[in-house]
Amino acid sequence: MDPFLLRKLNTERAARHAVIHLTDLGDGRDRVIREGDPVAGPLGEAIAAAFRSGKSGLVEAEARQFFLNVHLPPARIVIIGAVHISQALAKMAEIAGFDVTIIDPRTAFATEERFAGIDLVADWPEDALKTRPLDAYTALVAVTHDPKIDDVPLSQALTAGCFYVGALGSRKTHAKRVERLTALGHSEADIAKISAPIGLDIGAASPAEIAVAILADTVAHLRRRSLRGAAP
Amino acid sequence: MDANETLDPLTIAERWMDDGRMVALATVVETWGSAPRPVGSHLVIDGEGNFHGSVSGGCVEGAVIGEAMEVITDGEPRMLEFGVADETAWRVGLSCGGRIRVYVERVG
Repeated sequence: MDPFLLRKLNTERAARHAVIHLTDLGDGRDRVIREGDPVAGPLGEAIAAAFRSGKSGLVEAEARQFFLNVHLPPARIVIIGAVHISQALAKMAEIAGFDVTIIDPRTAFATEERFAGIDLVADWPEDALKTRPLDAYTALVAVTHDPKIDDVPLSQALTAGCFYVGALGSRKTHAKRVERLTALGHSEADIAKISAPIGLDIGAASPAEIAVAILADTVAHLRRRSLRGAAP
Repeated sequence: MDANETLDPLTIAERWMDDGRMVALATVVETWGSAPRPVGSHLVIDGEGNFHGSVSGGCVEGAVIGEAMEVITDGEPRMLEFGVADETAWRVGLSCGGRIRVYVERVG
């Protein structure tokens, strides 16, 4: 492996870009391909399919054997609201392998003491998301049920194509939210992608149980999406 | 997550390279049956036999590290195969009954 390529691969991964490390097993030559880079012929088709499925593997093309190692960004959960549910959800989500960020401008909620060891941003979501924008490999979980805090990130999540968008709140709360998101220009189909009431219906009652429901719903969206082979 | 970043074999490979260490990278390229680690998994090895990551559940790492030392020396990539049907299985086989192919290459 070319040392320059190793650096490039790590830089792309750190920037949350989907990349494939392609190795010609005949002569050992390799290259790094970013999602969307044009590659012609049958190899290009195999590369496109690998980006969709996220599955690494061997490919025969042009009478040569290639190994495609697919690197998709690790799934991330951005939680809007440093509330009781988030305390449980952040810990569970990290155990399940997600990168977790919590954003809440209310400094009474967003304290180091309540969220020790968790990536916590005590700022408005529109400011916090400027440095680390939402993407297709991110789940957005809005649990403040305060429109001033939740609406902007929910809108951005729909635009960014987040693999999961969930919003806490009663059906009445959500009906009003749908009106506001419609006014912001989102289509009915897009808004229907929001999981509300949030989480799988497991009869969750306590904050920790609601966290389980949200995490299970997030995993379901992540895994079923890749099984369908949907493009990110 | 910091814990995951520090355990990421490709990140460690780059760090070792920057430290001036000789580095080989082993990658699972094919699996049959119940293989412990999925295709694409990495084991990174330095010239002194230090390693990070995994290509199996600890069953064949010893043999891969041995081959990696030779790859570091001669620079020639190798394809290794391990499994219950293989002769080497009696020594370093996969107890899970699967078979794997591992590509070992030098970085640089």
